[in-house]
Formats: sequence, structure tokens, C-alpha cells
Amino acid sequence: MTNDIKVSIRDLYKIFGDDPEAALQHVLNGTSKPDLLKEHGHVLGLKDINIDIRAGEITVIMGLSGSGKSTLIRHLNRLIEPTAGEVSVDGDNVLDYDEKKLRELRRLTMSMVFQKFALLPHRTVLDNAGTMLNVRGVKKSKYLAEADKWLKRVGLEGYGGHYPHQLSGGMQQRVGIARALTSNSPIMLMDEAFSALDPLIRTDMQDLLLELQLELQKTIVFITHDLDEALKLADHLVILKDGYIVQQGEPQHILLNPNDPYIEDFVSDINRARVLRIRSIMTPLTGDIPANAHGEVDYDDTLESMIALSGGDTSHAYIVMRDKKPVGTLDMSNLVKALVPRLATEEGARKY
Amino acid sequence: MAYYDFAFDKLGLRDWCDADKTSDGPVSMADLLAQTGVEQEQSAFTIPFPSLDELHDACAAVGQSRDVTKGVENGFLAIKDVLRYVLDPLTQPLSWILESSISTFESTPWWLMLPILAVIVFLTSRSVRLVGFVMLSLMFLAFVDHYDHSMQTLAIIFVCATLCVLLGVPIGIAMSRSDRLQRMIIPVLDMLQTLPPFVYLIPLIFLFSITEPKLYGIAIILYAIVPVIRLTNLGIRLVDADVIEAANSFGMTNKQKLFGVQIPLALPNIMAGVNQTIMMSLAMVVIASLVSAPGLGVLVLRGIRNLELGVGLVAGFGVVLLAIILDRVTKAALDRVNAAQRH
Ligand SMILES: Nc1ncnc2c1ncn2[C@@H]1O[C@H](COP(=O)(O)OP(=O)(O)O)[C@@H](O)[C@H]1O
Ligand SMILES: [Mg+2]
Repeated sequence: MTNDIKVSIRDLYKIFGDDPEAALQHVLNGTSKPDLLKEHGHVLGLKDINIDIRAGEITVIMGLSGSGKSTLIRHLNRLIEPTAGEVSVDGDNVLDYDEKKLRELRRLTMSMVFQKFALLPHRTVLDNAGTMLNVRGVKKSKYLAEADKWLKRVGLEGYGGHYPHQLSGGMQQRVGIARALTSNSPIMLMDEAFSALDPLIRTDMQDLLLELQLELQKTIVFITHDLDEALKLADHLVILKDGYIVQQGEPQHILLNPNDPYIEDFVSDINRARVLRIRSIMTPLTGDIPANAHGEVDYDDTLESMIALSGGDTSHAYIVMRDKKPVGTLDMSNLVKALVPRLATEEGARKY
Repeated sequence: MAYYDFAFDKLGLRDWCDADKTSDGPVSMADLLAQTGVEQEQSAFTIPFPSLDELHDACAAVGQSRDVTKGVENGFLAIKDVLRYVLDPLTQPLSWILESSISTFESTPWWLMLPILAVIVFLTSRSVRLVGFVMLSLMFLAFVDHYDHSMQTLAIIFVCATLCVLLGVPIGIAMSRSDRLQRMIIPVLDMLQTLPPFVYLIPLIFLFSITEPKLYGIAIILYAIVPVIRLTNLGIRLVDADVIEAANSFGMTNKQKLFGVQIPLALPNIMAGVNQTIMMSLAMVVIASLVSAPGLGVLVLRGIRNLELGVGLVAGFGVVLLAIILDRVTKAALDRVNAAQRH
């Protein structure tokens, strides 16, 4: 996790209303989102956002509806102008860009996938996939070949001549992804890209995305309101609430060390055995390999697979292997402790 | 003698009223009647409204209503020359286009015209049945010797509807991009749509010579351009905001957005506007026969003027046939556009 920072967001504020500058002063003086709306008639969209988005990683921004996720991701390509703050891409402050440079950024550096697909209904699937190259002025014969290649890659071979309305939701979003991939931009912005899909199809699409990411290593900013999806995809997880960041970091770390009742409540509902990985709770190897181990488990395995291996016997202990070398040990009793959500018994956590 | 005498007397304006009462200028109809008739008894039920004519009776210095109409007329006549000087050359091409279009439609022999129309109908509608219907209708009109008049009507509609689209679509696009422009144009459209068609003709008759085709050309265009402007504006404003946002995120220029996204997605609405525009052109071209527009309207008019019932009814039926043809063909084209981009 030592990749370069591709996009960095600094001290970003966004206030919706007639006089955001004046409202910003109130926010800086500590006025909360509900108070700002009630007393000053302005909506606090984002407050004091600082995120480093690393190249080649999937950064997931998670929060409930209305928490400002869409507002945040639209600042990256300036579909929304901030009230204060800075957004830099490859070290360049995007907010200094004039119209021409901004257009170039949108055409070459970033591509976007939308919750409602936003395909052009009057163009064929193939033309839709080639939209971004078409916008750049690439010749039709060239971009259609490229679009065809990516349609195949997302599993839509043979559908190029169809129109979007002839495809199912899942297939339409595959076109949306093919469109983003055809642009060959290093950064992909995905705003609730899978939220409109059925659960099974959603899982397929998540797998597809992970598979593509393994191969392409794009910088992906992915937005979701679904914690399972966030944990499955995220290299870096940012949790948003009422426009501010509650906690951000490695997802496993957040799961084991939630710093806010809001997050504790969020994580208390998920299947921890399936999400937590052995690497997150093992004891690093200090001396010799213990002799009483019952077997070997992989560093990146989930706890669920270790439970299955032990047959549920809590007295077992295992050696953790990484690249065929032992790197730590794990007791089943520690594993069971990790399965108990922190403070899950506390009634108060439910109130959020 | 007049009812409102007392008002002027009380206000002490009698002298002013009678100051230059030299001769009894032109007399109004009511005065003539009053002179011959018996003096009516006055009661609360017969109090006349203090209209200009009524006040004039009491006080000669107050003008009559006819002076108002006279004033309007004089005012219009005063600016007429200037308007004419500007508008005449500007609109002259319209006369040329109409004349040449009518003569082209007329001089094309029927055995060439019918197949051409059949091909056009097929290309826009892709329906063999509709082609059959159109051919039968036109052949019926030709059979009862209404072919020439029908072609004249079609030629005028062809020119006027095309010009409506060429002017109306850009105006609608401009309106969709500026709320201010929209606020300015909508009252004008409302006015054009509510004015009875005959009223357009009045100032136009004074502006242009009645023998010039542009006279009825302008009347038809003013009347029929409204729906295409309205629906272009509406269609573009109704384009899905998500798709527009996507277009922005791809870095499309305004031009790419307009031609690649907004117009194609607004096309169903624009086509609906074109359909209405064509139907309204047809309605107006019949009325415009009053100002020398050739075509079926002339026969309808003859039926009315000379009480030739048969001539009027057959020509009227011809108009109905043309209306059905134009409506069906444009609706079929509209359906094809709709089918191609269902969501
Ligand atoms: N154009 C706007 N004008 C006023 N308020 C807005 C606007 N856009 C978003 N908001 C407000 O900002 C907050 C965050 O919205 P959004 O970013 O869409 O949330 P999310 O995508 O997380 O559901 C909401 O309270 C919303 O009402
Ligand atoms: Mg959203």
C-alpha cells in the first residue's frame, strides 16, 4: 500500500444556497447541518473533507443516503464547484483549470459510471461504449474496434447492435462500464454503480469489477450505501455522515476499531467471519513455529474458511502462511473474540 | 338633451365643450336613430354607459369612438411605409419560393408526382398500407378534377411548414437555453396562438399587395410556427438530467451535447411539434384563400360566396383527405422515432 497519491482532496467544503460564502463562516464557527438549514436556509453538503486517493486502489466512499457521497464524487471532475478547498489530480489543482483544461481532464483522465446508467437511448450499445472516444474526435472505425473489445471483456459479445432499452439493467450497466473502460482513462468514478441492480447481479458485477481491477489497476473511486459491498471492494474506506468524514482507513481496521457509535452500529449487522481476514487478527510470528499447530492457513483467507477447517473446535491453533512462508499464528479462541462486535451489546448504539 | 349634459355643466366645462362647435361633423348611427325616433323616457334601467359616443353627445369636444379606430388606422398607415420599406425586400424571397414551389408542383405531370409522393410516404412511414391509402386518396381527388387545387395546397404547406421548422427549431433551442428568452417569447407565442387567424390578415393586407404570395405565406407561418417552437423548447428542457450530467462528465462541448444528446432525445417532442405545425398550416391555407392563396380553399370559398353547395362540400372533403394524409404520415414518422428510443 505504498502507491502514489493520484487524487488528493484538501479542506473541501460545499454549501448549497444563495450565499454559500457567508454560510461557510457559520460552519467554520461550528454550526451543525440541521442548524444551518433551520437558521440560515443553507444546506451543508460537505464539511472539512480530506482524502488521499491512491493510484491503483479502490477507494470506497460509504454513507447513508443524503450523506453527501454524490456531491463529493462530483467535485473530482468539477461537475460541482466547491465552496472552499482544493482538489488535485496528479499534483495539479483542478480548481485552477480553465474550461479547456477541465474538458481535457474529463475526456482523458476520468471516466464516470452512473447509478441510472445514463446511456444514450438513441445509440446502439456499440456506439454507447465508444461515446468517450467519439467525444474526443477519434475516427469511428477506430473507436468501434476498441469499444467492441471492451464489450467482449465485460461479457456483452454479440450485443453491439442492440439498443440500450433492449437490455436488462445488469447488461446496461455492463455497457456503462465498457464505456468507461473504452476511454482508457486512469481514474474511474463510480456513483452507486451497482445500487440499482438485483442482489445476485450485483454480486456478479462486483466480481467483474475486482477481476478487471486485478488486470488494469485503475484508480477507482466507488460510492455505495451498502457496507458489504464496501468491504468487498475497498482498499481504502471512507465513511461519510451528514457531509463529514466519520472515519477512514483500511476496511479491516475500521471493522475491528470503529471510532464512533455510528460506525459500530453500522458494522454490528454484518457477517464478520466472512469479511474479516486472518491477516487482520493473527499474532505475528516472533520466535519459532509452535509445535502444537493443527495446520496451516493463508494470510488472506477469511475467518469463515478457518472455522470450516477447524470443524468448530475452539482449542485449535494454526500457522499463518504468506507466500508459502510462515508469518504468524492464530488461536481459534482469538478468532472467536474477533467475531464479537465491539460494544454490540450496548443498547445506545442502535439509536443512529 | 344628452344624458351626460349635467356632468359637464356641473364641472363647469360647458364653455370648453362648445368652444369650437362649428358644424355638426359626421353624425353617428345612434344620433340618426334618435333624431327620427321618439324621445325615450329616462329611468335607472336606461342609464347609458359613459362611452365615447355618449359623452360626445353631451360635449362636442370629446371625440367619438370612430376617432379611435380612425386613429389606429392613421397610426398604422403612418408607419406602414417604413415597415414596408424594411419588410418588403426581406420577405420578397418568400414570394419567389412560394411561386416556384407552386409552379413546380403544378407542372410535374401526375404520373410522375404520384410515384414520387408514394416513395416519400414510404420512406417516412415504412408502411405499405399507408402508401396505398395516400395513393387512393390522391387518385380520388384527381378523379373528381381536384388534382391541381390539391397540389397547390400541398405546395404551399410544403414551403410554409419547412420554413416553420427551419425557423422554429432554432428559436426553440435558443429558448431552451435561456430562461430570460423563454420569458420574453412565451407571451408572443400565446398571442399568436390566441389571435383568430382572420386578425393576422388585417395588417398584412395593408402592408403587402394582395396579389403577392408572401402575404398568405407570412400569415400561415406566423400561425403555424407556434407548436414547433414550443415543443422544441419543451423537448430539450425535458431531456433527462442524468444523461446531460453524463454528457458533461465526458467533456462534451456544448455543440456535441446539442447535436449528440439534446436534439436526438428531444426528437419525439420536436416531431410532435412538426405534426401540429403541418396541420395548422393546412387550416390556415384554407382561410388564406381569402387573400388569394390558391388551392382547395379557393373552391371552398366559391362554395360559400356563390352558395354552390356541392363545390364547397367536395372541396371541403378534399381538405379533410389531405389533413388525414399529412397527419398519418407525420404520426407514422413520429412513431418510428419513439420506437427507436424507448427507455
Ligand atoms: N443542488 C443542490 N441544492 C441543494 N441541496 C443539495 C443539492 N445537491 C445535494 N444537496 C443536498 O446535499 C446533501 C447530500 O446530497 P447527495 O450528495 O446527493 O447525497 P448522497 O449521494 O450521499 O445520497 C443532501 O442533504 C442533499 O439534499
Ligand atoms: Mg447519491
